[in-house]
Parts: sequence; C-alpha cells; structure tokens
Amino acid sequence: MNSFEYIEPRTLDEALAAGGAAGAVYLAGGTNLVDLMKAGVARPARLVHIGRLEGLDRIETLPGGGLRIGALVRNADLAALAERYPLLVEATLSGASAQLRNAATLGGNLMQRPRCGYFFDPASACNKRQPGAGCDMIGGESRGAAILGASPSCVATHPSDLAVALLALDAVVEIAGPAGRREMPVDAFYRLPGDEPQRETELAAGELIVAARLPASEFAGHCRYVKARDRVSFAFALASAAAALRLDGGVIVEARLALGGVAPKPWRAREAEAALQGAKPSDETFAKAAAIALAGAAPVGDNAFKIELARRVAARALKLAAAGTRIPALPASPFGAAR
Amino acid sequence: MNLAISATLNGVRRDVVFDDPRVTLLDLLRERLGLTGAKKGCDRGQCGACTVILDGRRVNSCLVLAATCEGADILTIEGLARGETLSAVQAAFIEHDALQCGFCTPGQIMSATAFLSEGGDWRDPEAIREGLSGNLCRCSAYAGIVEAVQAAGRRLETRKDAA
Repeated sequence: MNSFEYIEPRTLDEALAAGGAAGAVYLAGGTNLVDLMKAGVARPARLVHIGRLEGLDRIETLPGGGLRIGALVRNADLAALAERYPLLVEATLSGASAQLRNAATLGGNLMQRPRCGYFFDPASACNKRQPGAGCDMIGGESRGAAILGASPSCVATHPSDLAVALLALDAVVEIAGPAGRREMPVDAFYRLPGDEPQRETELAAGELIVAARLPASEFAGHCRYVKARDRVSFAFALASAAAALRLDGGVIVEARLALGGVAPKPWRAREAEAALQGAKPSDETFAKAAAIALAGAAPVGDNAFKIELARRVAARALKLAAAGTRIPALPASPFGAAR
Repeated sequence: MNLAISATLNGVRRDVVFDDPRVTLLDLLRERLGLTGAKKGCDRGQCGACTVILDGRRVNSCLVLAATCEGADILTIEGLARGETLSAVQAAFIEHDALQCGFCTPGQIMSATAFLSEGGDWRDPEAIREGLSGNLCRCSAYAGIVEAVQAAGRRLETRKDAA
C-alpha cells in the first residue's frame, strides 16, 4: 500500500474542500477501497475519511411516501426497509457477507470498482487502470465478462446488487461537490465504457454521493431479486435480475426489470418492461420478456453461457415476483424458491 | 505522521499512538497491542478470520484503518469470557467439536456471537450458513459450527426465559 495523507473532516463542507485536491479519495466503509489499496490498484495521495460525518447516515420518509437514504447508511441497515422496499432488501442481503454489509455504505456500494481479475492485478493490461494499455480479459479468462454494453476497451461487469434494485425502482442519486448540489437518476449516473473505461460514473473530481432517493413504494407485493453465482452466498453475480410488477385483475399494469452481473453498469431492460405491460403473467410471457432483455447480448470468449443463464434468471425473477414477494433464508437464491 | 486514537478495547479505555495511517485495526491489535486472537488469513476481507465486533457490529478488521477508530468500542475474542467462564458460543464450539486446526475459530466465534445478538434465526441451519458465509474454514468444520451455533442459540434463549 502506498502512503497517503489522512484527513478526518468534521463537516461536509470541510470534506468537500479536502476532497477537491488532486489525488484525494473519499473513504467511508473501506471494504472496497482499502482492498484496492492493498492490491496497489488504488494509490490515493490523500484519504478523506467521511465515515463519521453527521447527518449522512439517516433514512428519512419523504412527503408523498418516498424515501431518502443517506450515503453513509450501512448496507446491513437497509434490512429495516423489508416491508416497504423488499426488492432493495433482498438484493442488498444477497451481496457480500454479514461483516462486509456492516461496514459497507450505500454510497460506497454505488461507487464499487469492478471485480475483474485483470483490473485487480497491476501486472496485467487494463484500460481502466491505465488508459491505452489494452485489455487482458479479451482473449483471456473471460468467463465473468459482460455480455451487454461492453466495448473493445473494457468488458468488466459492475459488481453491485443494491444498484440493480435501485435502478429497477427508479432511484435518484443526490450529489454534493465543490460547485454545489445536483442529482440524477441511477441509470444516468453510470457510464458505459466506450473508449473511456476509466470513467465509470458521471461524478466529477471532488464530488460525493450524499443520498439516494426512492419514489413511493408501489411494488412491495410483487418483487424479487434472483442471483446466479458460483456459490449460494458471498459471491458476485454471474447474472442477476431485479423484477417488480404491479398486477391488477390478473394483468400486469406495470413491470420493472433490471439485470446485474452482465454489463458494465446495472442494466435496465426497458423494452422487456414494455412487452410485459398489459400481458397476463405466464411462463410464456416471462420467457418472451427475458428473451427481449437479452436480445442484444454478445459473448466475450468463453462466456456465451451467461446469455442463456441471464435469460433464465430474468424469467425466474419475473415468475417469482408474480407469485408474491418473499425474502428466503438465502436471499436471491434461485434454489428452492420456485413455486 | 503521528496518529492517536482513544478507543474502548474489551471494556478498557486505551489511548494508542501509532505512526502510519496505513495501519489496519487488525495489525494494531496483533502487532501493537498484543492481542493475537484475531487472525490474519487473507488480509483482504474474504476469509473472516480477523472478525471483531466494532461499535456493536461484526466487521473484517483487516479492511478497517486504525485511524478511523477514534472513540470506537472494540470487542475481540479476548474479551468474550468472564474470567475463566467461557461465553455460550465459546463453550458450544468446544462441546460440538466445531474446529480442527483452530485458525479460523476466533473469527467464527466472533461472527457467531454477533449473528445471535443480531437476532439471527439459529433454528434454521440455512440461516446460520448464510449468516456465517463470511467465515471460511479450510478444515471444513462447518457441520460442527452449525451445531454449535444452534446449541448456543438454544442456551442463550433458555437463560433469557429464566431471567
């Protein structure tokens, strides 16, 4: 780990002032950043520890029934929202381990870097770490690579589960920076790699996520997160799906579908959503929607299996959502959950 | 760069001075405070051998920078027993043979202690396996670990009922 200057600001304004300097990085729970520093991938000149700032660790109900979740709310504490936002809770509880969820914050979860092995290895070529260096995953061990939204510069996937649920629920990210406050939908917050894979989000230098806002809960009765992975707990998604439905008189009046583990950002499947609207829930309906969601998918090397896997995970999530919300002992597990 | 934190460690207030912001809580405990119960397995947040309870929450101490611990309340495996009396989880691990080499055991016990205090469903083996998935055991003593957590959960509930 490189050495760095350590700063512990007392207020958000002090944090923003300290975070604007070249080489400065914000530290909250540290579960990703400290790991990246140990790997030699992150080499900040200055760490600005925001973990103790007051006022950013609250969950507030908004007028009209929405919710505002402070950036420093720990992942584990989102479990308190199981009644109103079970999709968010199932997705969050399916991520990482209990220890990591206790330390990891909402803001840090959204800012996670990819878990691509080549990104994590400074001896490998990675355009994200070193623009122009090339990508060793292309032609290398690409089993986990993206099947949607990738570019010749980068095929890494976004690792978050929580962000997939936030995307499905139309969440908005609130940002503070040296130039003031702004906000944007989760979908617009993330960038596709294109020819600038080093830029993963729209955050500018010195900017900080302060909260995520959710509209009033409309999907609590019919939503599920399903995640296929190499082991049933404490593993990143090979493919995951957040599905949420509003049903009326046996017909789907509104559908949400977002995918994880398959693209460089949490992936919203809007065309599949449109195809579900007005349809009757059935295996056929869900298979068709899942096929639409993956229509543009393309493999990288050996990972064509992920296309079929993601299709089945999406169809399963929709089917389980239609059957009714439930958070099992193994959150998001595709096993033992079919009805 | 000199850093100083004041923290409560196993119930005792400690003032600690160290010289490098790179020091993790795990290294502070093991190398500077002589508390070698928490183990350094992977040092990357994947194995759970370094689990301690920080401000009431189980965390991987290898991923916590010591500098961030000003005012913190830290409980390690060394602080669980009352004198010679083991905690319910410690005793259950021995009774159910929930270990082989023992390297992961302090982390397993701290994690299981937190799982029970969080209200984890100790009646459901699946919930225990999920709740302790952040603690790896290379000897694969998982069957005994699940039994031990169930036994400790039962014992703690009996005590609660009696009180």
